[in-house]
Amino acid sequence: MSLLDFARGPAIHASLIILVAGILLRLVGVLALTRGADLSRPRDAFGNFKGYRTVFSRFWPSSEFTTATIYQTAMAYVFHLAALLVVVGIVPHIEFITSLTGFSWPGLPNWLGVAMGTLALGSLIALIIRRLSHPAVYNSTVGDYITWAIVALPLVTGLMAFAHVGPRYETMLALHILSAALLFAYMPFSKLMHAFWFIFSRAQSGLAYAHKGVRI
Amino acid sequence: MAERATFGDLLHSRGVSRRAFLKFCSTTASLMALPAGTATAMAEALSAARRPSVIWLSFQECTGCTEALTRSHAPTLESLLFNFISLDYHHTLQAASGDAAEHAREEAQHANSGEYLVLVDGSIPLLEYCSTVAGISNKAMLVAACEHAAAVINIGTCAAYGGIPVAKPNPTKAVAVGDIIKDKPIINVPGCPPMPLAITGVIAQYLTLGKLPQLDHLGRPVAFFGENIHDRCYRRPFYDRGQFAETFDDEGARKGWCLYKLGCKAPVAYNACAHIKWNNGVSFPIQSGHGCIGCSEPGFWDMGGVYQSVATGKFGDGAKLGAAATAGAALGAGAAILARRRKAALHGEDSAEH
Repeated sequence: MSLLDFARGPAIHASLIILVAGILLRLVGVLALTRGADLSRPRDAFGNFKGYRTVFSRFWPSSEFTTATIYQTAMAYVFHLAALLVVVGIVPHIEFITSLTGFSWPGLPNWLGVAMGTLALGSLIALIIRRLSHPAVYNSTVGDYITWAIVALPLVTGLMAFAHVGPRYETMLALHILSAALLFAYMPFSKLMHAFWFIFSRAQSGLAYAHKGVRI
Repeated sequence: MAERATFGDLLHSRGVSRRAFLKFCSTTASLMALPAGTATAMAEALSAARRPSVIWLSFQECTGCTEALTRSHAPTLESLLFNFISLDYHHTLQAASGDAAEHAREEAQHANSGEYLVLVDGSIPLLEYCSTVAGISNKAMLVAACEHAAAVINIGTCAAYGGIPVAKPNPTKAVAVGDIIKDKPIINVPGCPPMPLAITGVIAQYLTLGKLPQLDHLGRPVAFFGENIHDRCYRRPFYDRGQFAETFDDEGARKGWCLYKLGCKAPVAYNACAHIKWNNGVSFPIQSGHGCIGCSEPGFWDMGGVYQSVATGKFGDGAKLGAAATAGAALGAGAAILARRRKAALHGEDSAEH
């Protein structure tokens, strides 16, 4: 079995099983731990609505924080949007998703895919530079750096495979798939679960504050 | 042709001009990435070369490799070079049969000990009864023929990497030549079939320079197998623009767009098809509208479906993912219930204390 066969077969298959099982384990495990009812009288009659509104209102920091947060907010947006376009827009990725789900859609031209991949990687580097230069703000752990590397690897290997840089294409493609497999398997058990948690944590914060009558 | 005749004599007798011969030598030398001055040296050496003894062994194969070489196109210098070698044994092409044929092979081995070339097409079954010639198993014949050979040239993917006979479930337990012969120089010229020019190129280099060409990590001549077909494909601009044929009869297919989505294996295949082409440079599979099947790569028959693109994952069915989702949800629910019970128990203890 060649490295590419291993990557396309058992490795990515196992990682997807871990991803699906892990995400459900964590989602159900946490969400089933319901909080006890808050018996105090809510100070805001529209508490629930305002709580759910927070999910959307926190898509951009409040204006008071603009100066302090504009850099990482903008970079994070660039990263997330570019990475999303890369994941769902590049033709080989669509082929992969189609083979798994049966759904397909038109792909981006390669030049745009490469531009998005480069933007995603560039913004990711911009973010780690800020993290490294402001240790007191981020109070980073080793896990944060490992997570950054695991997110950066598929971008680096994907761009290298496309540009035919480094080892031969099939080896680079195998390394790219393996790096994606690592990301899939790591995702549910790391901070990358924020892809799901952000909705619940924002809603929970919004609910709690609204219940107390705090305007957010 | 007399045994001692040179290649030059053969060309002269066939009316091949000096100009055509030099053109062939220049092309071959440049294809094999040999230094510029080599073409003339190659012409001189080839003209003076004596017929090398060649034993061609055909094992588990379809004769496609021989067909590709002998019926490639109108008589060319490549086919003349093939005619020039002293083909002392070839199941398909030899006139002799039975004991006489086997005797010719043994005689050639004895008379040219240490100098003859063994060309093999077809894989070798380890279940030896699956393929025999004159009552001799393929494996025994290969070992005996290679014992005093100068080098072994594997013609086609079956001999080089096992090819189609090795494909799952490999009922004959087939292996490649290199899995059995370990002590001789082996050159793989894979393909299903291989390009005739790659075969003659290797032989021409051996005849003229007395050495074998530079090989890649899979034992293939770098000159012919060093480049990715996808990189050399004339449809590559369509890939870069994201213009793909979705079916074999849609607008994209008619316009000659990239066949990546239709399972073309060119991105993971290394061969000279895209630039040398077949039938005297007329065309190659992708040009005729079908994706590359990656036939020069090891295990190409098990690389995924012929019409599945290289980016396709191999998942079997989705049952395992469904089971994983259920198991994950059940584990999560279980963990949450346990945690709540523990919390309730702690609260119970607290209230009892108060």
